[in-house]
Amino acid sequence: MDAGAPLTLPPGFSDWFAGRGWSPREHQLAMVEKVRQGRDALLIAPTGGGKTLAGFLPSLIELTERPPANAPRGVHTLYISPLKALAVDIERNLATPIAEMGLPIKAESRTGDTGVSRRQRQRVKPPDILLTTPEQLALFLAWEGARLFFEDLRCIILDEIHAIRPSKRGDLLALGLARLAKFAPDCRRIGLSATVDDPDLIRAWMSAGGGKDGVDLVLGQSGALPVVDMLLVEGQVPWTGHTARHAMAEVYEAIRRARTALVFVNTRFQAEFAFQELWRLNDEGLPIALHHGSLSAEQRRRVEAAMARGALRAVVCTSTLDLGIDWGDVDLVIQLASPKGAARMVQRIGRANHRLDEPSRALFVPANRFEMLECQAAREAIAENALDKELARSGALDVLAQHIMGLACSEPFDLVEVYDEIRTAEPYKDLTWEDFEAVVDFVATGGYALRVYDRFARIVKGLDGRWRARNADTALRHRLNVGAIYSPAMLAVRVAGRRGTAGRKIGEVEEGYLEVLEPGDAFIFAGRTWRLVGVTGVDVLVAPAEGQEAKMPSWGGSKFALSTFLARRVREMMSEPAHWSVLPWDVREWLELQRDHSSIPSTDEMLLETFPRGHRHFLVGYPFEGRLAHTTLSLLLTRRLARAGVGPLGFVANDYAFAVWALRPMDGLDMADLFAEDMLGDDLESWLAESAMMRGSFKACALISGLIERRFPGDQKKSGRQISFSTDLVYDVLRRHQPEHLLLRCAREDAAHGLIDAARLGDLLQRIKGRILHRALPHLTPFSVSVMMEIGKQSSPGDARDQILAAAEADLVAEALA
Amino acid sequence: MSEPEGLSLVVSGVAVTARPSGALWIAARGALVIADAHFEKGSAYAARGQLLPPYDTAETLSRLEGEAEALSPRVIVFLGDAWHDGGAEARLAPAAAARIAALARGRTLVWIAGNHDPAGPKDLPGDRCETLALDGLILVHEPGEAPAQGEVAGHLHPCARVASVGRRRCFITDGQRMILPAFGAYAGGLNVRDPAIRRRLGPRKLAAVLGSARVHPIPWRALRGD
Repeated sequence: MDAGAPLTLPPGFSDWFAGRGWSPREHQLAMVEKVRQGRDALLIAPTGGGKTLAGFLPSLIELTERPPANAPRGVHTLYISPLKALAVDIERNLATPIAEMGLPIKAESRTGDTGVSRRQRQRVKPPDILLTTPEQLALFLAWEGARLFFEDLRCIILDEIHAIRPSKRGDLLALGLARLAKFAPDCRRIGLSATVDDPDLIRAWMSAGGGKDGVDLVLGQSGALPVVDMLLVEGQVPWTGHTARHAMAEVYEAIRRARTALVFVNTRFQAEFAFQELWRLNDEGLPIALHHGSLSAEQRRRVEAAMARGALRAVVCTSTLDLGIDWGDVDLVIQLASPKGAARMVQRIGRANHRLDEPSRALFVPANRFEMLECQAAREAIAENALDKELARSGALDVLAQHIMGLACSEPFDLVEVYDEIRTAEPYKDLTWEDFEAVVDFVATGGYALRVYDRFARIVKGLDGRWRARNADTALRHRLNVGAIYSPAMLAVRVAGRRGTAGRKIGEVEEGYLEVLEPGDAFIFAGRTWRLVGVTGVDVLVAPAEGQEAKMPSWGGSKFALSTFLARRVREMMSEPAHWSVLPWDVREWLELQRDHSSIPSTDEMLLETFPRGHRHFLVGYPFEGRLAHTTLSLLLTRRLARAGVGPLGFVANDYAFAVWALRPMDGLDMADLFAEDMLGDDLESWLAESAMMRGSFKACALISGLIERRFPGDQKKSGRQISFSTDLVYDVLRRHQPEHLLLRCAREDAAHGLIDAARLGDLLQRIKGRILHRALPHLTPFSVSVMMEIGKQSSPGDARDQILAAAEADLVAEALA
Repeated sequence: MSEPEGLSLVVSGVAVTARPSGALWIAARGALVIADAHFEKGSAYAARGQLLPPYDTAETLSRLEGEAEALSPRVIVFLGDAWHDGGAEARLAPAAAARIAALARGRTLVWIAGNHDPAGPKDLPGDRCETLALDGLILVHEPGEAPAQGEVAGHLHPCARVASVGRRRCFITDGQRMILPAFGAYAGGLNVRDPAIRRRLGPRKLAAVLGSARVHPIPWRALRGD
């Protein structure tokens, strides 16, 4: 930085800082300076470092200093947050400095929940600072007059940019930024991000077509490294399981000793389970609450408000609380079961203690022995400040289709100009003209080889050569369906009234969430036990069932895969016996037994074990690449094993291992051949095309791209059930008649990327080439117990089932140690 | 692959075959019956702004042609709602119209009126009627509310949900009457447990669920709601 004049704030601002007993932080001054120089800047700072204020200070100063105008002006600063609640919260937080300094500035939020009158007023008389979400920006940009509305824009602030970048919402936002740059070429961009492994990735992403060098990096003072402890329970660490039930008494004790604790878990069912268990132990009646994505919005808001008031001692939550509002009082973060990734863990731990000079405190509670290794690896990574690698992504074409339709709804556009504009958005910088044309053709007439829809085109080319929406109705319908979050249709959970009528609503669940339950089954939801009465249309009817034994669907663990980075650290730690000394004795003993009975693979090796058990033959592998990649691998292996004539019968997978069982022995198979990389060719394609995942991806792409509309004028309900035909039928027909259609391409890429982790599987197969360590053994091994216990367990381990499992587990352990 | 098999059933004393395609085959009369083909449903949506792939009519016709080839019916009965709307025939691609005309060669097409297509096609060959009596069976589009001996109808698009299989189209019968699955590529489905279907059938209900090459008889108790 230039060592010239010392950085200062205007008098009113420095007085305000002084009045609060603060002095501006270096990075706050640096941001003011960057903006004065007309530079775009990315600020990376831990939570609690005054990051938000640093983002807004330059705008507050500029707005205060600008000369009065005769005519009303447009929006000066646009703030974009990934969370609606965060935008509203920031609006509240900004009110304090604005009021206390008496600044002539109006800051207002606008989200999907904003009332109609405020929305209308905002369009006519824009606030100086507008706080909103990527979806709302897309909606603004699809309005006629968007250009006028944003032509005075001077600054865009992108909050939690690391969370939004690698997603379709990030793609949508990047396209929106490219458009805003056309309307207001002098507008600067400010990015705010948590600590990441590779800031350059974000600099390039938020740059206005200038690559990473177009954006300056400002680093906030890094806080004290967090103190992460691991909960070690007297007695044995379980061999299997994901609930950490064995440790609940200690978790309760930790909550009791803390001021306020956040208890993170990986799935909603784990949240419900932990909440129940904690209340069972809650003799002191501590205010412990529950927060996850299936609870109704009002219920979540109530918990958040109670938290903000300091009225709670603990909240059991899922990733719904990973981001967001600052709660100063949280002094302990507990992670129940495995953390899955170092970066997510740092983010979660950052929710505790927002004072920079004191370290945040966290407690890991591993639920089984592999998780013990994982937690230890995560602790070491955090202590070294080493985080998961992130990947660049190329922009999704279904999102591009939505954006192009939006452009046409706003004003007529020229094809070549728009192509150039889109390529200034980083995710689309390599977009080919062919793909661009294909997307435009799709938007216009569906992109079909059979050209029969020209007269129904949604966008049309005028005599001036520019494209525009077909008519006002088409534009109106597009605006109703803007957005890049595809959420599965939600069903309302309601208490059943007399004669099966629907009563009070207690929450919402995704379609398919309760698929494994039969009417009459009990399950835990919103912290209580309910009996499923039935499903009618858009309602799930339930009746109270206190005391009835509850089933636990989706028991099997996390929706997040173990990160590549953390998996590698686990493998490294495992392969170095000298490193084992940091582990508790029973885990050490387990590793030694595995070494004696089978083998411990080196870092890049994959251990494969084959052994007979009962009347079956098992093949167990330990790639440590996450459940998704393992599931895909098992599916493909099963096909190969069928061709090899060993009669495969089934498989299970968890984050660390997979097991396939078959009628005949597999000891003699050529393992190198079995795991050859060509597995990812035709087998993968043909399996994927038939899979439910592809159908799911296709539906999401069809909705995002605008092929299918979910909402119609005059019908503002958000239910996804109004689609009056099945997208599966459309998928089947399209696949047979035009397999190369744009949307099938999109769906395939999404499925390969997100749902089956094909890339990671490809890396695995490459890594283990010539490095497969195969052991043909007489019986199962210490490592294999965990995955063997998953067999038949996924569906419904209630209390009774747990006991059966515990008995079965004891048998397996005895056998492994024989 | 082996020849697709049908499932032999008896409706009101008449032997019929439920085909995996969703068509009903009445061998004694050489009659092939399909319900709710909904030709040009795709273009109907396109006209209102949702550009569904324009391949549904071709897809539906291919399945019908396959059945005509396999069974050589003397008569093909469209059991109502063969056309998605009044404008469907006008939107029909010439090639598709030619395929329908070809199906009429050497046999009779019967267009039973449905609620989507009360008038039937204007320019295509075939007889138009409200109901058709065939060997003691009454073929009609919309099933009546009252018990109806020998009624064979469509309209309700029955489908069944079977554990770990998901939703499939199906025939449903109580031995006295039968409701056919929709034959059209884009036709949606109504779960057979829905009161609209359930209340029209007697106690001995059986779903004949379409598999890829077979039709599976599934007892009522094994069927689930959505």
